[in-house]
Amino acid sequence: MAAKPKLCYFRGRGRMESIRWLLAAAGVEFEEEFIETREQYEKLQKDGRLLFGQVPLVEMDGMVLTQTKAILSYLAAKYDLYGKDLKERVRVDMYADGTLDLMMMIALAAFKTPGEKEENLALVVKKAKTCYFPAFEKILKDHGEDFLVGNKFSWADVQLLEAILMVEELDASVLSDFPLLKAFKTRISSIPTIKKFLQPGSQRKLPPDSHYVKTVRKVLQL
Amino acid sequence: MAGKPRLHYFNTRGRMESIRWLLAAAGVEFEEKLIQTPEDLEKLKNDGSLMFQQVPMVEIDGMKLVQSRAILNYIAAKHNLYGKDIKERALIDMYIEGVADLIEMIMYLPMTPRDEKDAKITQIKDRTINRYLPAFEKVLKSHGQDYLVGNKLSRADIHLVELLYYVEEVDPSLLANFPLLKALKTRISNLPTVKKFLQPGSARKPLLDEKAIEEARKVFKF
Repeated sequence: MAAKPKLCYFRGRGRMESIRWLLAAAGVEFEEEFIETREQYEKLQKDGRLLFGQVPLVEMDGMVLTQTKAILSYLAAKYDLYGKDLKERVRVDMYADGTLDLMMMIALAAFKTPGEKEENLALVVKKAKTCYFPAFEKILKDHGEDFLVGNKFSWADVQLLEAILMVEELDASVLSDFPLLKAFKTRISSIPTIKKFLQPGSQRKLPPDSHYVKTVRKVLQL
Repeated sequence: MAGKPRLHYFNTRGRMESIRWLLAAAGVEFEEKLIQTPEDLEKLKNDGSLMFQQVPMVEIDGMKLVQSRAILNYIAAKHNLYGKDIKERALIDMYIEGVADLIEMIMYLPMTPRDEKDAKITQIKDRTINRYLPAFEKVLKSHGQDYLVGNKLSRADIHLVELLYYVEEVDPSLLANFPLLKALKTRISNLPTVKKFLQPGSARKPLLDEKAIEEARKVFKF
């Protein structure tokens, strides 16, 4: 019997959160090891599991994987969430990459000075409203289907929901001009595996707070 | 008959150069529509060609693809440069994400404010010889094969060799202690398609000098 994937990261969203979402959406149970001290991190680097000395780290199927996008692509392919052929896969990749860019801006903003942070987050909301969300609203409108690609649930849908919820934490009204995205949000949130992940007590992490930022800074010596 | 892929980008390396390398290595002829004025870029944005209002954009197989990673994934899979199964692909992805991180640091060095430049160069050199090159040298040493993954040419070899050329431009002595990487560089450079791409007059873009950046800054106002 296969062991559960084991995730190693800080106790927060950062670059691991999309991986947690995808595993959860695929109905895959996983374990987590949380990095809390510099010593833990140095030990990880010394024992050779971090190819480039960095986390996220996911150990599964006999592999020691780092690099967020490598891990996400592997999971998407393994759990059949990557479209049915190359042309569908490139669309999943395009959409997933776009939403990842947006979410990374939010993740990185937490590490800026208060003034810069506010400015960056305001820019994220603006980009979501003027660039990203209109693009996805149009995709849904053009094909009229329930899912972004190939009329079937895929990694792209998981990431878009994750991004929508993250931006809504910054501005609750962000979907007001996007009726199809609102319906999409409700629909994807109701998928049983996702519904479960959205419940309190799941492995979903909270937005970065000062304790998280302090821990990461200390461990990575930023 | 399918037309040649058409690349839309500035007349610079930036986020398009890896795509040029991969297409060239795969023996695919392509056209380039260079963005030379702000009006050129506005036109692309206004005619709906850019999903997230950004370039690179590549017209290929009836699609208008954006997001360099998605584009590269598509080309690699189409031309059998992505490993034989999802586990090989995960390894390839892990390696190329590391390559992409270092390429990005080097690529954006010219944009670094003058007073931060020296520190940035030091950081690049440090990461090169202490983080990235050792990791790849170790991979080659561990299996003793001619290519990074699966004993067969893949995009990982192409992207890594591209990086090695950039590392050489920063400082040729950085490669001194990595004999297997030097051998890989020679081997890949001698592949007929790559050899052709390395000749003057190919689509390969030169290193941007300060003057060219100043000009681009004036034209595109950034």
